[in-house]
Amino acid sequence: MRVNQRMTATVATAAVLGLTLAACGGSGDGGDGGSASGSADQVEVFTWWAAGSEKAGLDALVGVFNEQHPDIEFVNGAVAGGAGSAAKDLLQTRLQAQDPPDTFQAHAGAELQDYIDAAQIEDVSDLYDEFGLTDVFPADLVDRLSTEDGAIYSIPSNIHRANVVWANPTVLEDNGVDPEATYDDLDAWMADLDKLDKAGVTALSVGTTWTQVNLLETVLLADLGPEAYSGLWDGSTDWEGPEVKAALEDFETLMSYTNDDRDGLDWPEATQMVIDGSAAFNVMGDWAVAAFEEQDKVLGTDFTAAPVPGTDGVFDFLADSFTLPVGAPHPDGAKAWLETVGSLDGQVAFNKAKGSIPARTDADPADFSEYQQTAIDSFANDTIVSSLAHGAAAPVATLNAISDATSKFTTGASDLAGYQSELAAATQS
Amino acid sequence: MLNKLRRVGPPLLMLAPSLILLGVFVYGLIAANFTTSLTDNHTAAQATGQKPAVLVWFTNYIDLLASEDFQHSLMNLVLYTVVFLVGTMIMGFLWAWMLEKPVKGEGLFRSVYLFPMAVSFVASGVVWRWLLNSNQDEQASGLNRLFQIVGLDALQNNWWNNVTFGIIAIAIPAIWQLSGYVMALFLAGFRGIPEELREAARMDGASEWKLYRHVLFPQLSPVALSALIIIGHMSLKAFDLIMSISKPANYQTKVPAVDMFVFKSSFDYANAAAVGSILLIIVAIVIVPYLIRTNREEKR
Repeated sequence: MRVNQRMTATVATAAVLGLTLAACGGSGDGGDGGSASGSADQVEVFTWWAAGSEKAGLDALVGVFNEQHPDIEFVNGAVAGGAGSAAKDLLQTRLQAQDPPDTFQAHAGAELQDYIDAAQIEDVSDLYDEFGLTDVFPADLVDRLSTEDGAIYSIPSNIHRANVVWANPTVLEDNGVDPEATYDDLDAWMADLDKLDKAGVTALSVGTTWTQVNLLETVLLADLGPEAYSGLWDGSTDWEGPEVKAALEDFETLMSYTNDDRDGLDWPEATQMVIDGSAAFNVMGDWAVAAFEEQDKVLGTDFTAAPVPGTDGVFDFLADSFTLPVGAPHPDGAKAWLETVGSLDGQVAFNKAKGSIPARTDADPADFSEYQQTAIDSFANDTIVSSLAHGAAAPVATLNAISDATSKFTTGASDLAGYQSELAAATQS
Repeated sequence: MLNKLRRVGPPLLMLAPSLILLGVFVYGLIAANFTTSLTDNHTAAQATGQKPAVLVWFTNYIDLLASEDFQHSLMNLVLYTVVFLVGTMIMGFLWAWMLEKPVKGEGLFRSVYLFPMAVSFVASGVVWRWLLNSNQDEQASGLNRLFQIVGLDALQNNWWNNVTFGIIAIAIPAIWQLSGYVMALFLAGFRGIPEELREAARMDGASEWKLYRHVLFPQLSPVALSALIIIGHMSLKAFDLIMSISKPANYQTKVPAVDMFVFKSSFDYANAAAVGSILLIIVAIVIVPYLIRTNREEKR
């Protein structure tokens, strides 16, 4: 009996010890990065580019990085899942625990505001001067990226355009709509959409809430024009005004031409409807071109791409970019990475593989695909405005509130007036 | 004294690790969550201490409960829970009742009914998202298509995309997954009733209905209560199934757990914590009376 008791005691002690040791082991891991502080022997790059063309782009960029900085080891911190939401979740936790990666991917623009307010990322505007980026990025873009006091918090690696409408010419022709037609404004376009709708096809395909927000922002842009649209985000355009109301009415009409199962679809399924010919039009950012090209569709014959009617001459931009977190374990490594991201070689290699276009204007368009060439041309010449759905125009909390209001409206739980006042409230906070 | 230590010491030492872990990671974090919910910590800057967060007591709770959107989430939660509970209890009981009589291949049926429980909500959600596709008529797929094929066109509906009752459609896969579990509970209950009781009732001339009403049902009621509690608290925490069928931003399928997720991703920690506390309180209202009751019974 006594032996038994002693044994129990021993086992219990061992268990306690084991747990304590395990706890120590756990904390040891975190300290690992800190010990090499300041050194430039490695760089952990945190992204959500873990698959498909995004991963191909990252691999190409790493190739250039290894050439430019052979003495720095690249550590891939990519987190897969949920179109970046899994990565953002983990990033939020790591920044909160003051265990930042050396650099992380984020949408350029207002989405960075939370990190800036929380003093989690550094101003990198001096790196713009050091790397000579101010002259090679379009002035419009640098304006959009700068905060009010002139600071810039990230370096963009690529540019996408959100105001593109994709169409299937065969479907248009079969239903008596001229596939060559260009539309000056939404009204002209909606007349044809109405015709398609009456013919029994899905005139406009759309997916879940964020794609509806993407559609909403292009409608606002078309009806208000670039200046008033940008004013929505700095308070100079009145959300409660009659112009916005008219735009929301157009949005309501457009939504009435869309597919019923939209809330269950993400963008690839919505775009697929145009590829398959079950829908005529789809408004989506220009990453959709990859979906067409993967299935050997040819621009001009199998599908067409144009700016959303009423937004010709305006480039609704969004960009992925890289930051310099406060307290990064290897700031020199991070700066080397940022240099590669901003460099011409890096931007060309990355964007050729990913299907986006360089933020730099000095890249040779001949290196890129047919669609990319038109985008490069527009980016250099058009008025540039910030995309809402992709974090360039408004902080995360505002975007979430707008998304909630939009979902409420498109499922029929609120009327237009309620929607408008919810949008106004969302942008005021 | 030394004797007493010898008697109490080792068990206490054995329990210490789990007590400490529970104390820190469950009760400590509940306390931390509750404290956060009483502040105005609505931005990333406040969460990292760049701007001060002040105590606002129950303002967050009052604002949340007064907001139309959160009321909609709570209403969805109630609808979902009621349908989920009633559905699993009825299906589970029926299956158990059928298998309770000696049937050929009982083991097989038992496994077949229990099997969906082994599938994760996320995996089955992906399949059910397709089955519950809301397209109708020409573009229909999934269940709506099936209705067309068998000539029940009138039954086509937009499933979870209905603003008011959409959440009920998501209860269907949940019922499908957990009815087998309730069946297993009831089956165990049935098996626990001694044959003599039935015989005695029949000897006394009880009809089959009376036998169930006065002999078997009372014996099954503790099992039914356990099943209700287990399914009920699972239902209140519903998140993964909803997330994999719908999307967090979809208004029609919002429940408090989804709200919590959206608040958290907007860096609104105070509201996320407040929603968490509200959920905890709702679950506690269901579970605590049950725990007290079982405790009392065990003492008896």
